[in-house]
Order: sequence, then structure tokens, then C-alpha cells
Amino acid sequence: MKLKVDRSALGFFGIAITFYVITQTLISLGVLNDFWMTLLRFGAVLAMVSLGLNLIYGFNGQFSLGQYGFYAIGAYSAADVTYRWTQLHSASGLVVLLLGVAFTGLFFLGVGNLLKRLPRMDTLSAFGLYVIGTILAGLLAVLLGKLFIPPITKLLLFIPEAIAAQIVFLFAVLLAGVLTAEVAFLFGLPVLALGSDYFGIATLGLTIIVKVLLDNSDTMFGFQEMKGARGMVGIPQLSSWFWVFLFLMLMILIARNLLHSSYGRAIISVREDEIAAKSMGIDVTHYKTLTFIMGSTFAGLAGGIYAHINGFLHPDIFNFIKSFDPLIIVVFGGLGSITGTIAAAFGIYMVLEGVLRLILPQGFETWRYVIYPMLLLVMMLLRPKGLFGTFEVPFLRQLLPPPLRKSPGSLENDHKVISPVLPTSEGG
Amino acid sequence: MSDLNSNSAYPQPPGPVESPSLILDIQSLNKNFGGLWAVKDFTLSLNQGELVGLIGPNGAGKTTVFNLITGIYATTSGIIKFKNTSLVGLPSHQITQLGIGRTFQNIRTFPNLTVLDNVRIAYHPHAGYGIMDAVFRTGRYKEREKVLTERAQEFLSVFNLQDRQGEIAKNLPYGEQRRLEIARALAVEPVMLLLDEPAAGMNPGEVVALMDLIHFIRERFNLTILLIEHQMRVVMNICEHITVMDFGEVIARGDPEEIQNNPKVIEAYLGRGAKALSDKLSGKRDYVT
Repeated sequence: MKLKVDRSALGFFGIAITFYVITQTLISLGVLNDFWMTLLRFGAVLAMVSLGLNLIYGFNGQFSLGQYGFYAIGAYSAADVTYRWTQLHSASGLVVLLLGVAFTGLFFLGVGNLLKRLPRMDTLSAFGLYVIGTILAGLLAVLLGKLFIPPITKLLLFIPEAIAAQIVFLFAVLLAGVLTAEVAFLFGLPVLALGSDYFGIATLGLTIIVKVLLDNSDTMFGFQEMKGARGMVGIPQLSSWFWVFLFLMLMILIARNLLHSSYGRAIISVREDEIAAKSMGIDVTHYKTLTFIMGSTFAGLAGGIYAHINGFLHPDIFNFIKSFDPLIIVVFGGLGSITGTIAAAFGIYMVLEGVLRLILPQGFETWRYVIYPMLLLVMMLLRPKGLFGTFEVPFLRQLLPPPLRKSPGSLENDHKVISPVLPTSEGG
Repeated sequence: MSDLNSNSAYPQPPGPVESPSLILDIQSLNKNFGGLWAVKDFTLSLNQGELVGLIGPNGAGKTTVFNLITGIYATTSGIIKFKNTSLVGLPSHQITQLGIGRTFQNIRTFPNLTVLDNVRIAYHPHAGYGIMDAVFRTGRYKEREKVLTERAQEFLSVFNLQDRQGEIAKNLPYGEQRRLEIARALAVEPVMLLLDEPAAGMNPGEVVALMDLIHFIRERFNLTILLIEHQMRVVMNICEHITVMDFGEVIARGDPEEIQNNPKVIEAYLGRGAKALSDKLSGKRDYVT
């Protein structure tokens, strides 16, 4: 295989890796203290959530306020897995989540195939079938999990503790992502049929539901370690800058590769004009669901990482008011611009929690929330299409293919291809 | 007062008499929007290669018929068959993939995308690679993407839009947007094309170019075309048969000449008084109601 390296890719990854090496060196030298390190990681996590929302809202045109709901689901499910491992020395969380996610996936595939054979089934009945499948999968996971928990725990105890913790952490985050994807699929099924504004309200509802459920996680579901409204403590702080950075880069890469393909064009065509997309043979519902699942998965993964930064989770972190944060970032950075989203996520977080906190005198920190909205307001007035509009850095930009090589005078195809009756572009 | 033209089949064209293949067959199609019959007992059949016009005053239900054929609206009752496949209840994108392309009354290109992408989207059902190929940038992705792009570029050059491939669709002049929309509709490789008022908002020069374009694509792509149009010049010039609708019902059928002289049509367009007046002026017998 011949290796042809694209210059924009080289530049992009060059800058990314240099940035990582510099920050990592500064951390080890102690120049970048914990305060800035935490901010950097929070900024990156917020960038992931916002990137997910940009897929849903910026590229697919579906106004969603559900990002923080999925963020919370990802955070709590990943935290539960690592908590059980590090505090209780049990792989129960890992095993049950793994089995649950796998069975649910299988059930979804099964129901999906069944529905293909029974066309014309209305959405709500299909939704009912999927819900039944999910519940069965959950029960099966808990029952079968009992068999697998002891051997897996023993297996993991063989591995050195630090490495085992990293493995459990990685699995926890990835499984949290898959779980979020499945929840998004289930939730999106009936709700994506709604029009844009109604969809926004419904997703806002999801965020509120998740928050309320988490408030009562210890009483309603018996997850004692989540401690309901008192907040979950004792989660191992495993989200190192390395993991955070790696996940962010992977998400950018996945989003970019997807968007610059026929699938990405299909996704964007839904935003541009649904009816026209349909008349181009695009299955609009399918691509809405796909994008919603992808965007929500990004939020779920980000949640899993977020939980392991501070080691503390509280339902109030995922309050629905907060779910406007990614929305602000996406609109501020530029709808449909990956560059804008990343820059805005880091920028807003650094300014709001970093710079303003430092320059404002003691006792005036609360003024941040006066200055910040005013900055937003001025920005939106000056640049109504967002900070970056639809600008992308070269690597994330879709390149225009070179024009056809046939010169206007060439003989082979021209008399056939170029129609004699039409005016040329120049003639208008 | 019987009218020979209305509610009867098309007169057979002179020439080969054996029945040409029926491509679109609509039987007693109905659509009501809560009490309003937008389309009532509508019947239409198109043979392979025909160019048929659908005309009628504003609000007659012409566009609704298009939306029913393409599955944008759900049919209340009736039969729509395309190449012997029933279209009733099929989702829109599947109907497109069966071979029906359409354009819209108010241009519906993808406004913020490039001209090239507008056409490439139409190739999506034939993308030929999976979503994982796209995410991991496999060889198949690269190969197929190249093929799709070249096909789209060649396609654009058929419409003399090849120099505009990088242009954002909404920045094109009006006539070119129309041309792009028609190009895009043809990129789905349709057997039948539905054109909804393609000449709307065009100046006389552009209209002439459009008529040439319709003739050109019809021959080149071997199309059957159903056309909605208000500009009588276009309809009378290029359509072989015309169906006239008013208040959701078919009021007349025939070739352009018959339609021009059909009293019902004149009445629908201009009102009764106008009909009487025009008859008086042309010295004909009064139209008695």
C-alpha cells in the first residue's frame, strides 16, 4: 500500500500532537497547575458534547436540547462501573453493563429485522416492541451477569492494579457511549417524527427526566453508590489529559470523515431541505436517527470522561438550564463548523472559568455571568453567523475536486456531452 | 351539454396503433384535507415517452397530485401505479428510487451546498460503500467517491454547469438554479420526470431556453414527462396532451388545440362572462348555459 500523506492532514495532526506534547510537558514540569489542567479537560469535554450537538443541530438541522441528558446518562453509567471496581473491587458494573448493552443491541437488531418483514407498522407499536426488547435484555443481563461477575473479577485482579483500573475505565467510557446510543435510538424513534421545535421541547423533556431520575437514583433504583441528590463521590480520577485529548481527536476525526462522505451529504441535505432530500431518494428518517444517535453518543462518551475528571457527580450538574451551554457554544462557534465548535468550547470555558475568574477582584466572581452574556451578545451582533461561520481549518474542509480534465476544444466526448441548446454558464 | 373531451381517454395518436406501454396509471385518486377535497376522482395515465401537461387555475390541485404521486402526502383513496407497482403508502424516498424525479414550484435546491454536492446527493442511494468505509477511509470509499464525483461532474457538463461546480447553489442566477434543479432531478436516473412550473418567474428568453432544455432532456434521457405550467406558451408548444383541472377535478383532456377551444377550460380560467364575451368577439355562437 503506498502511503500518500495529505498535507492538510499532516498539518492538522502536527499541530494537534505538538499541542499535546507541549501541554503534557508543561504539566510534568508543573508550570500548568491543576486549575488550568482541569479547565483544559473540562473545555475538551464540553467540546465533545458540543460537537455532538453540532452534528444534530448544525449539520442535520434538528434542534436538540437533550445533549445534557445523554451526557448525564454517560457520566453516571461510566462512573458506576469504575466506582464498583475501585471501591467495591467487583466487576459487577462492568459485566452487567457489557451484557446489558450487548443484549439490547441484539434485541434491537432482532426487532429491526422483524419490522422489516412487517412493513407499515406504526411508529408507536414499533417503539413498544423495542421497549419490551430493552426490558428483556436488561433482565437477562442482570440474571446472566451473576454467573460472569466472579470469574471476570478474578481475571481483572490478576492484572496489576493501575492497568486494570485503566482497562475498566476505558471499557466503562466506551460502554457508556454504547448505552447512550441505545437510549438515543429508543428515544429518537417516536420523537424524531416531530417537527423541529417540538423535537426541541421533547429533548428538553429528556434532560429533565434524566435529572429527576438521578435525583432519586438511590431510592427509586437502589443504586446506593449514586447517592441521589446528595451527589456521587469516590469516582476514581482516571481521565488524564491523554485520554481526554485522544477521545476529542477521535471524535473530530470521526465527525469529519463521516461528514465528508456520501453519508455526510445525505445528513446535510436533510438540514437543507427535507422534502427535496426525500425526492432525491434520501431516507430522511433514517439519517435523522443516525445523526441523533451519533451526536448523543458523543455526549455519552464525553459524560463518561467528565465523571472521571473531578471524581464527583451531582444531578444539578446536568440541570436542563445547563443543556443550553452546548447550544450556545455551537451557535457561537458557527452552526455547521467543527472548527468553530472546538474553538468556542475551549474559548468560552477558558474565558468564563479561567480568565474572568482571575482578573475579577475577590468577591466579584459572580459578575462573570454578567460579562459573559454581554460578550455573547456583542459577538452575535457583530458576527450573526457565529464566530467562524462555516469556516473550517484546511483538514476539516471539504475540498472541491479538480474540474473535469476535458478541455472545451477536445474531441472525444464534447459534442455528445455538452448540449448545443443550452447557454453556457458565462452566458447566464 | 356533453363534452367529448372531458373524462375520456386520450385520442390515440396517429402512427403505430398497438398500445404503447403504460407507465403511470392513476385511477380515481382522492385527497381531502379535512373536508376540503383537494383532489377528487382524479384519473390520469401516461404512456412511455409521452409529454403531458397538467394545467388549471391556482389552487386547482395540480401540485397536490404531484405530492400524492411522490408520496409527500398520503393518499385518501385511489390507485397510483407506476410501471405496475402501486405507489400508495410507499415512503417518498422509495418512490424516487423506483424512477420518479421531480422539481418544485418554488426552487428547492440545497441552498447552502455547492452545485456539485447538489448533484452528488442524488447519487447517495448508489453510494456503494458503507458508513464504516467512510469513517475509516477505506480503499472502497476512495474509489467509489472518485467515481461518484466524476459522474456528477460529467452530469453537470451535460447541463453546461461544469464551471459552476464549486458555486453555492443559492448564489446562482435564477435560470441556472432552475437548470440545476432539473439536473439534480435527472441525476436520480428517473424514468419519469415531474416538472412543477419550471417556467415560473422566468423572462421570455429564459422560457425559450427552458423549452429547449425540456426537449433536450426528454430525448437524451428517454423520459416520460408530466408538466405543470401556467405559461400557456410553454404548455401549448411542448405538450402532446393536456389535462385540465379545476377544484380538484379533471374538467378537460385533449391535445393543445382542443384544450384552447374547450369552453369549460376558458370558463375555469376566465369566468363565464369572459367566455361569452370572447365568443361574441370571435363571432361564434353564444355559449348558452
